[in-house]
Amino acid sequence: MAAEPGGRTVLVLPDVAAPPAAARRGRRWPAFSIGVIAGFVLLAVFAPLLGLPDPQSQSLRNRFKPPVWEESGTWQHPLGTDRLGRDLLSRIVWGARVSLAAGVVTVLVASAFGAIVGLVAGYYRGRVDATLMRVTDATMSFPVILLALILAVTVGPSFANVVFAIAVILWARYARVIRGQVLTLMELDFIAQARIAGAGAWRVITRHLFPNTLNTLVVLVTLQIGYVIIVEASLSFLGAGIPPPTPAWGSMIAEGREFVTSAWWASFFPGLAILLVVLAFNLLGDWLRDTLDPKLRQL
Amino acid sequence: MPLSTERPVVAVRDLRTHIVTRWGTIRAVDGVSFEVGEGETLGLVGESGSGKSMTCLSLIRLVPRPAARIVGGEVRLDGDDLLVLREEEMQQIRGRKVAMILQDPMSSLNPVFSIGMQVREAAAMYHHLRGRPLLERAASLLAAVRIPSPEARLRAFPHQLSGGMRQRVVGAMAIAAPPRLLIADEPTTSLDLTIQAQYLGLLKDLQRAHRLAMIFVTHNLGIVARMCDRVAVMYAGRIVEMGPVRRIFREPAHPYTRALLASIPRLGARHDRLTAIEGQPPDLANLAAGCAFAPRCPDAMDRCRVEAPPDHAVGERHVTRCWLSAP
Repeated sequence: MAAEPGGRTVLVLPDVAAPPAAARRGRRWPAFSIGVIAGFVLLAVFAPLLGLPDPQSQSLRNRFKPPVWEESGTWQHPLGTDRLGRDLLSRIVWGARVSLAAGVVTVLVASAFGAIVGLVAGYYRGRVDATLMRVTDATMSFPVILLALILAVTVGPSFANVVFAIAVILWARYARVIRGQVLTLMELDFIAQARIAGAGAWRVITRHLFPNTLNTLVVLVTLQIGYVIIVEASLSFLGAGIPPPTPAWGSMIAEGREFVTSAWWASFFPGLAILLVVLAFNLLGDWLRDTLDPKLRQL
Repeated sequence: MPLSTERPVVAVRDLRTHIVTRWGTIRAVDGVSFEVGEGETLGLVGESGSGKSMTCLSLIRLVPRPAARIVGGEVRLDGDDLLVLREEEMQQIRGRKVAMILQDPMSSLNPVFSIGMQVREAAAMYHHLRGRPLLERAASLLAAVRIPSPEARLRAFPHQLSGGMRQRVVGAMAIAAPPRLLIADEPTTSLDLTIQAQYLGLLKDLQRAHRLAMIFVTHNLGIVARMCDRVAVMYAGRIVEMGPVRRIFREPAHPYTRALLASIPRLGARHDRLTAIEGQPPDLANLAAGCAFAPRCPDAMDRCRVEAPPDHAVGERHVTRCWLSAP
């Protein structure tokens, strides 16, 4: 209380403290993630226009050139060359096409299929649910790498096979999560109200259930892109992924592995690219989860 | 009082809905019959688990599957039996002919769409409007449920409205068709008292404007006295007494109805304690033969425990299922 000249007392409110940094973190624009992802996407899209050397042209005289800051490094090959004398920077840029495309396409295919299964299972319950969830369980217990190796051996390694092998197993996670959410939503009155208003299964699923699972789906998609990039790289590393000579980050690491003591850069830079992109997608996913959660949105 | 003898909007005959559980089959709705005429309100009262809500869900054939199943009876809406329709035909009835308002306004609107989108969806479904006329129709629906500045409210999202406002939006969507029969399942239970009174007044006005037949589910007898023309008292899945509101309040014939009325607290009455109904509601999976209320009934006779009583007329349009009223 403070006394005013007129003798009245005025209640002085204390300054309201700003919300703590932790509370605002969810709202902060994820500059690092967006920057890294946008950067790699732009590089991948405009790769042919960058004036980089051909990623597949070999030059045995220039094999294992070190990066530019090392002794005997040149600006001709800023990140050095691999064991066939191919420019590493150029191969990483072109490899971004493979990794990003594999990540995005796989996750989109898997999430679309998984979401449909989850929505149908959660809406119809009963026998439909039991059947679909047993299939989901069986799928989740099958190792991706094994399936990809089988495909590589029988059909031969290719981009389409990598996407297929990962998507055919990855959808199960989406089905599980979306079904769980649909079960919760089905208990809410607006679903009952929609059916009372004469909505059929299709309308309830597309207009009422699906939009309410979208937040979860977006977060899961972002988090899974990073995972898929790692799986694709693992498959390429094992030789079951993108066949050479197409540059892919995983196979670049594999090729440089034998020479890692004498020419560390051949494996290091593709690995760094994987690290950056996966980290960026994971941070973006975390940020989306915090931002899209309506309970945290009020902060 | 409107009379519904000639052509009732809805006529329910011997409706039976069973729920299969681990402990046995529960006869949640056990031979319920009633009629509601145009512009008439039938109150459905009874304690929790007496089958009020299950009766309403059976009318629109949305009992929780697969546990619950309608096993018999007929529900005639303007003469057509709803229980024999195919599911697609039933979807055309829901919303267009029969609308329902549920209890919880906090979750009865889709949280991700604006009020406008949801009201427009309802209006578009029933009238095939689009563009400007659809928007105007949505705004006029909101105006009909007395939502101030309806155009602005169309852009609001459910979480930005109060419970009373949301329940009005639900009301607006319910009368979008408008339907022939409106079922209100305790629509005001979660609203505070002043909002409750407003909402009940609004429902009455909507009913008058569209000459709706209305089924009003509640366990609040004060609301029954205010809203309803007739009352059906339910106990253990059966209607134990049905009649005009005044008669039920003045001359309740069934001991259960009497007990319900005695348990209303009254201002000025000199009671130290409220009168409670002795005993527990019956276990519906293991009903004994005879009257379901007999174990709790102060006037039970030997006959009540062996033989279920049939309907006995005790006055004009006033029936009760009790041996005490046997001629």
